Amino acid sequence: MSDPLGKPPPSSEITPEGLWIRRRELIRNAALFTATSAGMGGGLLWLMGGSRTTRREDEAPADEPDLVTVKSAFTVDEPQTPYGDVTTYNNFYEFGPEKGDPAAYAGSLRPRPWTIAVDGEVAKPQTIDIDQLLSWFTLEDRVYRMRCVEGWSMVVPWVGFPLGALLKRVEPTSNARYVAFTTLRDPAQMPEERSELLPWPYVEGLRLDEAMHPLTILVTGLYGKALPNQNGAPLRLVVPWKYGFKGIKSIVRISLTRTQPQTTWNAVLPDEYGFYANVNPEVDHPRWSQATERRIGEFSRRPTLPFNGYAEQVAGLYTGMNLRRWF
Amino acid sequence: MPRGAPFPWLKPAVLLGGLVPVATLVVRGLRGELGADPIAQALNQLGLVALVFLVAALACTPLKTIAGVTWPLRIRRMLGLFAFFYATLHVTTYLALDQGLDWRAIFDDLTKRRFIYVGATTFLLLVPLAVTSTNGWVRRLGFPAWKRLHRLAYVATILAVVHFTWRVKKDLSEPLAYGAVLASLLLVRIVGAVFTVEGRRRPS
Repeated sequence: MSDPLGKPPPSSEITPEGLWIRRRELIRNAALFTATSAGMGGGLLWLMGGSRTTRREDEAPADEPDLVTVKSAFTVDEPQTPYGDVTTYNNFYEFGPEKGDPAAYAGSLRPRPWTIAVDGEVAKPQTIDIDQLLSWFTLEDRVYRMRCVEGWSMVVPWVGFPLGALLKRVEPTSNARYVAFTTLRDPAQMPEERSELLPWPYVEGLRLDEAMHPLTILVTGLYGKALPNQNGAPLRLVVPWKYGFKGIKSIVRISLTRTQPQTTWNAVLPDEYGFYANVNPEVDHPRWSQATERRIGEFSRRPTLPFNGYAEQVAGLYTGMNLRRWF
Repeated sequence: MPRGAPFPWLKPAVLLGGLVPVATLVVRGLRGELGADPIAQALNQLGLVALVFLVAALACTPLKTIAGVTWPLRIRRMLGLFAFFYATLHVTTYLALDQGLDWRAIFDDLTKRRFIYVGATTFLLLVPLAVTSTNGWVRRLGFPAWKRLHRLAYVATILAVVHFTWRVKKDLSEPLAYGAVLASLLLVRIVGAVFTVEGRRRPS
């Protein structure tokens, strides 16, 4: 029987031992190099939160029905912030503290069926189904500036109706001086309410004259369509001359009160967030300037306007008040 | 066969891995994927990566103390320089993109706002550390003096965590997590130092 391995190759063809070991080492090192750099890069991206991408629609979904609206005189003629930005850059801590969290997680909110209690110092306290409530009013298209206390701003085409119209309907008593608002408290729908990020539910408030002002609206739509969950469906408050956090979302209760109600951010950080929260370039936030803002979509900062540009309409509400003290 | 230093792939791999965040930011920025406020997003992420590298650089010695591994010490300088690199990008983004080189506003920020002031101090502390990071400077200063100087890295990282903590609106969990890692690294150093002194005291 012949040698199963056949004739041994000439010694000149045998790979020198050193080279053979180096080739194995080279492959091993290349693998370790790739694994280390990929692992490190991936770890860094994970820490940056960069792996998360928010689903983003450039336009309101076409299959959603258009809301029936009328034009309003209370509209600013400025370029509107794109739908994709308005619906993916939100502060709605009930779904998490990051700007993209509401768009990512608000799917668990069920805006129908929904009821809103209107009570307190009113002659006709009642709990109303959202669709019945909306049927009482003519919905208006209102393009407002929105200035966040964090130093950025948008121009948003809201759909809503004046809060004052609802308040008149329930007939405030002579004792009513303030309006208190409450967001839904339901951790099954609003997962972050399981955390201690903020005291839940979120609460906000206005003075009665601020609430009755024609610029103050309850909003149920955006860009002509029903309000997306992340923007506060089915009903939210918009007070355009105040910082955005006054615009409480997903409201379940509107209560008229004799005394100034508790408001969430004021309760949590009273030095940083006041009850009034009127947009004021003269009064800095303790940690940053309010003199300028970045309009979403623009590169350079622009000056912030007193009362967010609505001074002509609302400055009279605060005649004689020290706005530095009542910030 | 003569073998080179162990882990010849280590430094190139760390170099490449460390460039992933800036490359990702550039690509996502150009593709418009940094969200509605891309400048704020880039600013925050660059600052965060700088802090991660600071903490990583400080973890090298404690890793040796606890686990006895020495390879982290070989990439410590690179980690520190990456921290400085990202801190520089963070500061440049703030000055040029966020504030648009409006020096009045920047001066106001620096004098009125403690989180900006602390952040600026952090960056200034990193400058001498980056400059003296070369072998030449270790020789020039002498190792004990160089080592004392580079303990400033701890001060800088503590200030970076303070800067981060004062920056966030309400949710302190992320800055506190970095603070906790930093505190445990400091603890390992302190405990390690105590044991070394004890060991020296013991008669042989």
